[in-house]
Amino acid sequence: MLKIKRVPTVVSNYQKDESSADVSVGCGRNCLGACCLNGARLPLYSCKKLETSGEKVVVNNEAREPPVAFLESLVLGEWEDRFQRGLFRYDVTACETKVIPGKYGFVAQLNEGRHLKKRPTEFRVDKVLQSFDGNKFNFTKVGQEELLFQFEAGEDDEAQFFPCMPLDAENSPSVVAINVSPIEYGHVLLIPRVLDCLPQRIDHKSLLLALHMASEAANPYFRLGYNSLGAFATINHLHFQAYYLAMPFPLEKASSKKMITTDNGVKISELLNYPVRGLLFEGGNSMQYLSDTVSDTCVCLQNNNIPFNILISDCGRQIFLMPQCYAEKQALGEVSPEVLETQVNPAVWEISGHMVLKRKEDYEGATEEKAWRLLAEASLSEERFKEVNDLIFEAIGCSNQEGKLEGTKVHQQNTNGSVNQTSNRSHGTASECLVLQ
Amino acid sequence: MSITQSSASLFSTTEEKEGTFNARYSLWIKEALDELPHSFTITDPFISGHPIVFASPGFLKMTGYSREEVIGRNGRAFQGPKTNRRSIMEIREAIREERPVQVSILNYRKSGSPFWMLFHMIPVFGNDDGRVIHFVAVQVPISGQKMRNGSGCSEMVFGSCRREVCLGSFVHQERALPVECDEQELENWEHCEASESEKLKSAEAVGSVLSVLTRYSEFAGRLVCGKRNCLRGADCLSSSLVISLGRIKQSFVLTNPCLPDMPIVYASDAFLTLTGYKRHEVLGQNCRFLSGVDTDSSVLYEMKECILKGQPCTVQILNYRKDKSTFWNLLHISPVRNASGKTAYFVGVQMEASCKDIESKELRPEPRQLSVVGAVRVAVRSSFMATC
Repeated sequence: MLKIKRVPTVVSNYQKDESSADVSVGCGRNCLGACCLNGARLPLYSCKKLETSGEKVVVNNEAREPPVAFLESLVLGEWEDRFQRGLFRYDVTACETKVIPGKYGFVAQLNEGRHLKKRPTEFRVDKVLQSFDGNKFNFTKVGQEELLFQFEAGEDDEAQFFPCMPLDAENSPSVVAINVSPIEYGHVLLIPRVLDCLPQRIDHKSLLLALHMASEAANPYFRLGYNSLGAFATINHLHFQAYYLAMPFPLEKASSKKMITTDNGVKISELLNYPVRGLLFEGGNSMQYLSDTVSDTCVCLQNNNIPFNILISDCGRQIFLMPQCYAEKQALGEVSPEVLETQVNPAVWEISGHMVLKRKEDYEGATEEKAWRLLAEASLSEERFKEVNDLIFEAIGCSNQEGKLEGTKVHQQNTNGSVNQTSNRSHGTASECLVLQ
Repeated sequence: MSITQSSASLFSTTEEKEGTFNARYSLWIKEALDELPHSFTITDPFISGHPIVFASPGFLKMTGYSREEVIGRNGRAFQGPKTNRRSIMEIREAIREERPVQVSILNYRKSGSPFWMLFHMIPVFGNDDGRVIHFVAVQVPISGQKMRNGSGCSEMVFGSCRREVCLGSFVHQERALPVECDEQELENWEHCEASESEKLKSAEAVGSVLSVLTRYSEFAGRLVCGKRNCLRGADCLSSSLVISLGRIKQSFVLTNPCLPDMPIVYASDAFLTLTGYKRHEVLGQNCRFLSGVDTDSSVLYEMKECILKGQPCTVQILNYRKDKSTFWNLLHISPVRNASGKTAYFVGVQMEASCKDIESKELRPEPRQLSVVGAVRVAVRSSFMATC
């Protein structure tokens, strides 16, 4: 069993020490437990159905031109309300931030208040799939004031907003909550089917919900991120994170080399010239296909106990997937001491290029090279990455273009209503005429 | 709840948008630009939506649109589902960083047919104040003799059949006749590299346009140039911040507490509509011009106290429009920090109330107002330039 010690980020004002037994009494805290749920109301945002990419964007259709989108004004407006009510542990806009000079533009922030000066707690890092533990902190224990609104994937052509919808366990609501230790202004958590108490693991429906949110926000600077267990997820209760940063992440600027296109038009590329090896998923005959391909991939990684991070970018059109091994290395004592000293855990935002630094000297002395070195520690080796890719491609039913060209035997992974891709044909790039020179 | 009101912006007609363009330059600028053979557009980042304010005949011919259909649109309108997302990001970032960019990109004509072109854009600066006045974008159709896969990787070169780009009535000077092309093919290309001569052509076109703009701005006494000659003044916001703020469709102003008498440095179109003033009449002024004879001075005092303490506050205040008519303003003010972590501005969000709400002692801002504050915070915080 591999473990590391770290101080978990506090995302809710009701989150206590992991070590203290958190037996909830009939609370009067206005939480999401059965004790307080009755009569609770929270606005509901039901987003419009996802468009298929077959639709050509008609130039004269003014409706497509985004003014500040409704979802954006809802997220930011509600966040500002909680900000003024003092629900956050600190004012993140008072934290100095800068772009580190260099080719990639890593973003560094000096934030001494984000991480508590508390005893670190133990985290098991060698199990990506762990069962939900109701005794530990989870999102049913947050105060309702930390919730901004309910969010669901609608079926209509138009989004709908209901300002005062009951929170009803029977509807299995998904909610958007504030992160009380924000990394940026507007930092929220998307918690799919919060009352179902799902553990931190990707399933098809939840990833699709996250894509809905990215698409609905209609702002390429609003990204969603996910950390698996073992890749610095703090809480084992299914959640995504999201926030606005009006500049590109270094990860988004990395070049990529196409590996394959699936039958459903999803293009999978390998990242190049980036400290962390990873894959970029984009395209697809519909966003659902893109989502399902990524979910299938995550399920494969989860089943093979490989920790990973996901960045959903460009309004849901691009999904970056980075398997990582930093925690494992840390448990085995293999991380360089200077990197460890910064106490920066390479979770999804750090890997994307947004580094929150605790110590002034790290902030003042931040360089692209140091950022690179830190992130490189999280990356899988070239060899291991190739092995993982082979696993992935087999799982999603594609042959790696570089490798085998003959038909691959395909077997289904975990089916949670996933899109069927069974076939014994050789998959590969169907679209281009391929003459390698 | 939404801050995206469908109220008409001040610059709703083609004439008005072109008018602001003409204001900068001397007479006959449009005729001079019309004489250039190139395809190019000129955009104004200081108008909400960063619209096109001039489109050359070459551009109209290439894309198949009429002038009225193009003026007022954002350049994004010509992109489509198969336009490479990375290229879109490169252009967006160049605008945000106020620097030139040259990138191949797939665009779509009015007919819906796709075509590849080399997009070359430069910022045009005011010589006196160092801010970006316009962006000039030149479009050179490219034929794509070589296809390359992905960006930054030249190991895999796909041999392919040569494709000539079908240009309709606008024939590329170096190609004899339009050749039949397969549109489906065009959309599937990952990338289409421009030839050296095409790149030279774009640079030459950019130079020609800039020359005309420089000459005519000089005549008007308000010189523009291709390079920033002085640092942007403290009272002048970056064009990228202005573009971000321009997306917020609500009445609000930004004031700068670090400048003497805390002047307005930004006013939204909706604010101008609400108060009846023109932009140049309010920029640089303290907000007190909105108060008048019957404005409660204790409310003014309350606001001043909050500003000194750096705290948000919400008041109901009687304000006066330019035409001297009055209205009740539910005003919410809050300090806004920039990337340094220090307060850089105060935002004031106005909401017209039908009458004074005498009941509630404790005034709360409307959700719509909080949305504006949030959007302004994100815009201001992120508006720090990359140092690369």
